[in-house]
Order: sequence, then structure tokens, then C-alpha cells
Amino acid sequence: MELQLKMKRLWHEIKINRTLYLLMLPFLIFFVTFAVYPVLQAIYYSFTDYNVLEPANFIGLENYKKLLLEDTIFIKAIQNTFIIAVFVGPLGYILSFLLAWMINELPHWLGTILTVIFYAPSMAGNAIMVFALIFSNDSTGYLNGLLLKYGFISERILWLSDSDYVLPVVIIVSVWMSLGVGFLSFVAGIKGVDEAQYEAAAIDGIKNRWQELWYVTLPNMKPQLLFGAVMSITNSLSVGAVADSLVGFPSPNYASHTIVNHLNDYGLIRMEMGRASAIAVILFAIMILINVLIQKFLTKVGT
Amino acid sequence: MSIKTTSIKNFINSKRNLDMKSSARKSSRSFGGNLLLGIVLFILGFLFFFPVIYMINQSLKPLNEMYMFPPKLFVQNPTLDNFSDLVRIVSNTLVPFSRYLFNSLFVVVVGSIGHILIASMCAYPLAKYTFPGSKFISSLIVYSLMFNTTVTMVPNFITISKLGLIDTYGAIIFPTFASTLGLYLMKNFMEQIPDSLIEAGKIDGANQLQIHLKLVLPLVKPAAVTAFILVFQALWTNTGDKYIYSEKLKSVAYMLSQLASSSSVGVARAGVLAAASLIIFLIPVSVFLIMQTNVISTMTTSGMKE
Repeated sequence: MELQLKMKRLWHEIKINRTLYLLMLPFLIFFVTFAVYPVLQAIYYSFTDYNVLEPANFIGLENYKKLLLEDTIFIKAIQNTFIIAVFVGPLGYILSFLLAWMINELPHWLGTILTVIFYAPSMAGNAIMVFALIFSNDSTGYLNGLLLKYGFISERILWLSDSDYVLPVVIIVSVWMSLGVGFLSFVAGIKGVDEAQYEAAAIDGIKNRWQELWYVTLPNMKPQLLFGAVMSITNSLSVGAVADSLVGFPSPNYASHTIVNHLNDYGLIRMEMGRASAIAVILFAIMILINVLIQKFLTKVGT
Repeated sequence: MSIKTTSIKNFINSKRNLDMKSSARKSSRSFGGNLLLGIVLFILGFLFFFPVIYMINQSLKPLNEMYMFPPKLFVQNPTLDNFSDLVRIVSNTLVPFSRYLFNSLFVVVVGSIGHILIASMCAYPLAKYTFPGSKFISSLIVYSLMFNTTVTMVPNFITISKLGLIDTYGAIIFPTFASTLGLYLMKNFMEQIPDSLIEAGKIDGANQLQIHLKLVLPLVKPAAVTAFILVFQALWTNTGDKYIYSEKLKSVAYMLSQLASSSSVGVARAGVLAAASLIIFLIPVSVFLIMQTNVISTMTTSGMKE
């Protein structure tokens, strides 16, 4: 009886909101077909032995067991991913915000040019190879040359081959390349802060731009800060392509081997899609977990 | 339809003022502080722009400089040979170049405009209302950003071929309509629109679609423009080589990526490739620049229309 009442109320709510559902419908059709369904399919593959050519063969938790209990390289990949993410995530996030804020302090035409300068490298696909020039192993590489010239080192450092240096180099380049969509949303978000708020704050005794940043700009940008956080988490935990193109695959001694590198190894090279899907599911779970924690933290900050 | 209420005008006016902000703001701005900010930003800007500087220099290098040892960042004897070679190759392609260009333009224009419309129509209800399923759909959209695409490639390919979309523009355009990045961005910006504004629109007798198109979407223009840039770039650089097999349906990005792919001409065509990647890169950057400048000017005028 109570259930019936609940169902009736639910149906009523759906009915009064029908125009909203209609607005969402076109997107949801594409979303379910090209985003939700493939993910569900991949989650199913993670419980199978699947080489793409033959039909998937259900094997239960075998993939997960192998990954977590036997695959020492995967454990190493998880460690590396966390080390990279701990640096790249927060650094990229803070850098994106500070740059967006500084740009907004300048006259508009100058701000526009600087926005393009900072974002353009993210659009320049294979320009990443410039970092191979900077961190080149040769004594003629930019960094080695500079350090040798001024006597900081007496012998060239193998930045891209020595397993002690590979991970730091990948971290530096990843931070360098981290000004992406989060940065753009900050730039747009800061522009959208209501001017009346600044005026009110000035009357309330806000003296300089630093106080303005802290008491007016930040609290007014919660949605953008949240968006930026989600993007930072996702991107910093998905680092992999940088290492691939800079130090090659596999990295020396697996020194910069990440979860995504491991996934591509199984998915694109060994064609073990079941195992690759299991890696994707584990990465997915890690991201959601961290995301929930950070969101909790971020919503607390303002209150 | 007209949406004219004082609350809307006030809100839009406050938005308009932003653009004259330096004069409107009350708290003090020291000249020294501005100078310091400017200097810091230009040094950082140079550092971050490094990959682009490299790209430009590569495209201007003659072949012998490209393989010089030790490699130099800056070009010694700049030449436009790479570009003239590119023009020569492009004018001798299997299919006329204009055909590749048309394919790219069609996919990019239909794909990005469609994406912004469809995604923003879904973002608005999720941002401003709670209804059965709204929370669930919102989290699904966020979490879909986090699933690795390497493993969804195979199921996606099967779906696309079962729908009969192989070798059609749809194979590139329709999956783009499912992308959630721009949607999530626009939704976050829409959350900041005051409820009273939407209520005012309703009182004026506008339906939800009208409210969305005439009120909500213009107010989140900065986010919509950002989303547009993202999807534009993704579509423009999409070679579509997995789904498009007919030469006459292929894109500029695909055609240019093929220039240096064959190993026998790899070294000889490295210069052409550098020129090609610079051109591929310059198109979205110009759109980005135009869009960035326009956001500011449209924001100042949108409030003045009566």
C-alpha cells in the first residue's frame, strides 16, 4: 500500500517534470549508446578472457586476482601513478588557478593574448618532442649543456634513460602540459564573478587584491573549482602518453610505468582485452574514490 | 517573446560591468603590483609557449638543419620550402583537396554546434532542478569522464558498425554528441544563475526550451565557448581512420597525417610534416583567439538588447 503511494508520487513528479526530461532526451540517447553501454560492456569484459578475435570467455575474478596478487609490474605502476598524481594534480590545479587569476588582473586585451599563449601548447599535439630536446641524454641537450657549462655537473646526466631521473622528468613535463580545460574554466569563471560583490566587499573594508581573492573570488567560484578538481584528478591519474613519447615504452626499469601504460600494454599490444578492462575498472574505482574524498573536502572548505 | 524584468536587467547589467571592471573596482591596485604580475606572466608564458616555438621553428627549417647534430631549437636559415612542398603535394592528391576540406568542415561545424545545443539542453535541467533521477544522471556524467577509452574502443566500434554508421560522417559526429566534458562544464556554470531569473522568465510565459535558449545559454556564454573550443579541436584533429574507409570521405587531418606515414618517404618528408602539423595546429588556435575576443564583446552587448 505504501509502495503504491510512493510509486504514484514518483509518477506524478515525473509527469510534472516531463518538459525537463524532453530537453535531456537527445543527449541521453547518444550518451547511453556511445558512453554508458561501452563502459558496461568493458566492465563485463573485465571478468572474461577476451582477445577481441574470439568470443569472450567468462572467468570470474581471475583477471583481478592476477593483477593484484601476481603482477608486480602492475603494483609498481600503481605506485608510480600515485607519485605522479600527488605532484601533477595539486601543482597543475594551483598553477591553473593562479595563472587564471593573474591574467584576470591585467587589462582585457593582454589577458586574451596570455590566455591563448598558455592554452595553445595543449592544442599542439606532437610538440611534446621539444622536451626530448631539453632533456636529451647527450651533453648537447639543453639542460645537460647548461648544467655542464656552469659546472653544476661534471658528467652528462641520462635524463631519459637513467631510472633515477625518468620519473621526475615525466612529472615535470606533465605539470608543464597540465594547463588544460581546468585552466580555461577558471579563466571563464573568474570573469563571471558578480561585480557588485567586489563593490560590496570594498565597502566592508576589503583593502587589496589578495583579500579580494580570498574573500570574494574564491567563494564565488565553487562550481569552477569543483570542475577543475575533477579534471585534475582524472588527468593526473591518466598520465601515460607523456612517458610513452619521451622515454619510450616500456620505460627504463619500468621507472615511469603508469596504470595507463600498463593498460595500453595489455589492450593495444598483447590484445588481452579482458585484462586491460580489469585495469580500467581498477583505475575507474580509484578515481571515483579520490573524487568523492576531494568533493567532500571542497564542499567543507566554504562552510 | 520578450523576457523583460528588472531582475534580469540588473543581473545582466552587473555582468556587463565586469568588462569595465578595472575602473569599477574599489579596492586598490598598485602600479608596481600590476607590473610584477605582468613580468611574472610573460616569463611563465615564454616557458609554457616553448613547445609552440619549437613547432614554428621546425616548420621553417631546411631538411639538413632538421637532422643537424647537435639539434638547435631556433632555425638558422629559415625557408618556406616545406610549405611550398606541402602545396605541391596537396594539389596532387587522389581526391581534390577541396573535398578533404569539405569533409572536415562538415564534420566540425555540424559536430560542434550540435554538441553545444544537445549538451546544454541536458545541462540546464540538471543544474537548476531536482527531479527523479537528476542526481543519478549527474554523477553518471561526471564518472563517465573517468573511464579509460582504450577499453571502450572495441564495444564502440561494434555499436557503430551495427548502427550502419561505418564509412559515414555519423561515425565521427554521433559519438561526439555523447561527450560529457563540455556538458559538465556548462552545467557547473549554470548552477550560478539565480533561480529568480528563471522564475521571472516563466512568469513572462516562456517555456523551458525558450528559457534555455534565450536566457540560460547566453548567460553561460564563456562556458559554452570553452566547450565549443574543446569539441572543435577534437573534431578537427580526428583522423577518423577507424571508421572512414572511402578516400572521398576523409578529413584534412587524415590526409596530412598520411604524408609522412610511409616509411620510404619518412625522412624526406619530415619538413612537409612539420609544415602540415603547424597548419593543423593554427586552425583551432585561430578559432580559439577569435572566440576569446568575442566572448568579451558579446558579454558587453547581450544586456543591451531590449
